[in-house]
Amino acid sequence: MTMTEELAPATPVKTHRIAETLSRAREIAIVVIILVIFLATTLKSHDFAHLTSIQQMGTNASLFILLAIGETMVLATRNVDLSVGSTLGISAFLVGDYFTHNPHSSIVVAFIIGIGVGAVCGSIIGFIVTVTKVPSLVVSLAALYIIRGILNIIGLGIQIEPTAIPLSFQKIGFETFAGIPWIFLIPVLVALVVAYAMRSYRSMRELYAIGSNPSAAQLAGVPVARRVFTAFVMSGSLAGLGGVLFLSEFATTNATAGTGYELLVIASCVIGGVAIFGGSGTVIGAALGAILLQIINQALVVINVSPFWDSALAGALILVTISFDRLLSNRATLALRLKGSGARDE
Amino acid sequence: MSSTATEPILVMEGVAKYFGAVVALANGSIKLYPGEAHALLGENGAGKSTLVKIIAGVYQTDRGTFTYDGKVRNFHGPHDSQDAGIAVIYQEPTLFDDLNVAENIFLGRQPLSFARRINQREMRRQSREIFKQLGVDIDPNRKAKGLSVADQQMVEIAKALSKDARVVVMDEPTAALSPEEVKRLFAVVANLRERGVAILFISHRLEEVFEICQRVTIMRDGSFVRTDLIDDITIDQVVRSMVGRDLSTLFPKTVIPAGGEVLRLERLTREGTFYDISFTVNAGEIVALSGLVGSGRTEIARAIFGIDKYDAGSVYINGTKLKGNSPLRAMHAGIGFVPEDRRQQGLVMDFGIDHNVALASLRRLSRGLLLFRTSEDNLAADWALKLQLKYGKLTDEVNTLSGGNQQKVVLAKWLAGQPKLIIVDEPTRGIDVGTKSEVHRIIDELAQSGVAVLMISSELPEVLGMADRVLVMREGRLAATINRADATQEKVMLAATGQV
Repeated sequence: MTMTEELAPATPVKTHRIAETLSRAREIAIVVIILVIFLATTLKSHDFAHLTSIQQMGTNASLFILLAIGETMVLATRNVDLSVGSTLGISAFLVGDYFTHNPHSSIVVAFIIGIGVGAVCGSIIGFIVTVTKVPSLVVSLAALYIIRGILNIIGLGIQIEPTAIPLSFQKIGFETFAGIPWIFLIPVLVALVVAYAMRSYRSMRELYAIGSNPSAAQLAGVPVARRVFTAFVMSGSLAGLGGVLFLSEFATTNATAGTGYELLVIASCVIGGVAIFGGSGTVIGAALGAILLQIINQALVVINVSPFWDSALAGALILVTISFDRLLSNRATLALRLKGSGARDE
Repeated sequence: MSSTATEPILVMEGVAKYFGAVVALANGSIKLYPGEAHALLGENGAGKSTLVKIIAGVYQTDRGTFTYDGKVRNFHGPHDSQDAGIAVIYQEPTLFDDLNVAENIFLGRQPLSFARRINQREMRRQSREIFKQLGVDIDPNRKAKGLSVADQQMVEIAKALSKDARVVVMDEPTAALSPEEVKRLFAVVANLRERGVAILFISHRLEEVFEICQRVTIMRDGSFVRTDLIDDITIDQVVRSMVGRDLSTLFPKTVIPAGGEVLRLERLTREGTFYDISFTVNAGEIVALSGLVGSGRTEIARAIFGIDKYDAGSVYINGTKLKGNSPLRAMHAGIGFVPEDRRQQGLVMDFGIDHNVALASLRRLSRGLLLFRTSEDNLAADWALKLQLKYGKLTDEVNTLSGGNQQKVVLAKWLAGQPKLIIVDEPTRGIDVGTKSEVHRIIDELAQSGVAVLMISSELPEVLGMADRVLVMREGRLAATINRADATQEKVMLAATGQV
């Protein structure tokens, strides 16, 4: 006969409650930090709490929220999309170029073009990733430069002027609905819809399954390639939509629009609790992460700290949140070990 | 056996699978009947895994016929196989850590409500229902992360039940289970059989096969050897069919007089793990550290080797106290450690055989700051020969080797460092019968050459066959010391479970 381990309790140790609270805790913690920064800054400068100031923050965060939603879907599958900044740029430029040549065109067409351009970029990346199995880090990094390169060629020396952009289109950038800027409302609505979908639909749950255990997902019959492809198309489309909103906000663009956004987007996701190696994280968390980064940025301006500190703070925030996560989970494991052996001890 | 009266649910005849010039499976043949537990036995590399993967739809057959439910099939993917009612429980867990248990069971088949949304409540209810039928208590709401291996298997079985699987394949399900958990698994197997499920059971533990299976199919070198009723065959015959030759002795322990003391522990204590452990190991002696997993055996080994800290007590090597806690110091003092989990802790899987073997002897092999390939090669070639390693080139990555040969590489790595004491943790876990006896021979030769051996093992026959002395641990304390002459299975078990 063979003998092996002493019985690990067959009944589950109720760790999931803690784990669940922890994952919620992330979102709550960010909300709390946002509020604290907001209040502290307001004490220093009362203008910070003005409606226009708040609206400005929402406007600034909106593009990053949008990109973070798509990035979350990609990250959930244990992939990454570094091309979102370039995609946003080319979408904004092509929509602007379209308006230049068709000054009386409808807004709807602008949205279709922008999202369409993004979807095409996303499909190409998704196709290469799923067919060649080249790591998405490499493929999307290449795409970052290729798309930007194309944009540089077609947009060489061209500045899309506000005069070419229809006023009705520009209104998306500054008009409000119930006090909320449209440009902020759109990403928030998208976030809510995607967040709900990622909880309630099979295909979206499978994104997490793929990131959690890719080989098991394959064995479980999950159409891995199709899902990963879709995630990239979604990410590209949202970046394309981001380009449309970018143009409506600034009413001008050139070949440099969106440069460097990709890392801020990934930072937002990571701060918001999206696991960089896939499998977990919510769109809401990522959106909150984007808002937090923007509010810090604004607060620094208001309290007269050099904006150069902004990057350093963002980096510190990433380190602190991730270290804190690790620490908590290590402590939970330790507690379990001691609990397990303590029972045996006496 | 009443089940033979019915039609088989799954039949494979002369099934073959090639990868280029490599024949992974030459002649896979098996008949599975509803309601039977059918053992599939063979050494590593006998083609069992390939056969299972064909059943699972992961591989497609190149030759032969595969009939399922009366129809000739060739599954084009795991999905095909699952849809047909086949569930495979792999050795390596295939759960999604980040998803909850209910979702793990129903992934891709979650019960839906209006607008094709997942009906969470219904999904949890059905999960609870299945767990109740299985007689296990797992919370469907918890994340799969942190589930014990046994519970992970139960989730896999629940998955199979939720799909009304008619064939369940279990690949080495008991390898990491405690006796209690094995008992629970066997109860579930009986439960499945009553529902008419056919079970294909793969295990290296022949005792278990004889306990729960009704028939057994044996494979060797990619080919079918025989199928028998379990009552018509003996363990000896099974082993002989598996290895294709007679194994005169499984455990070739040579008893030699022990030399001087090499290792001495004095009242070693690590809070919450083990307490007050004192014992010695002499040169040329094999001392087995036995006891249930979780009794502190591995932890003691880790503390001796300096991986874990201890709170009180001391470790002496050749009479000199080992200071501080560091594997590097332990290595310099002459300790070698072959860990239980060789893939994770014992080997650099992407390195070649040569680099792995040289890893613990780098200081000796290097001249100044340089390390010469030729000296690495010579060392590796030397040990490969001594340990009868089966390999292509010395530069082959070790992850291309079989489990048994990987274990030999780990052994070679430490032996090349010329240790005074070697600690082996579960040296033959997951290794096929033929290689097992070779590992035993190597350990025995080591002891004969004067090395002190501390062996941790859960396999009682191995402990009784190999050890000069058996130390039995229970709940972090040394419960008994039994000499080779007095050691019996009963005595060790009684001490380990506290029935003395």
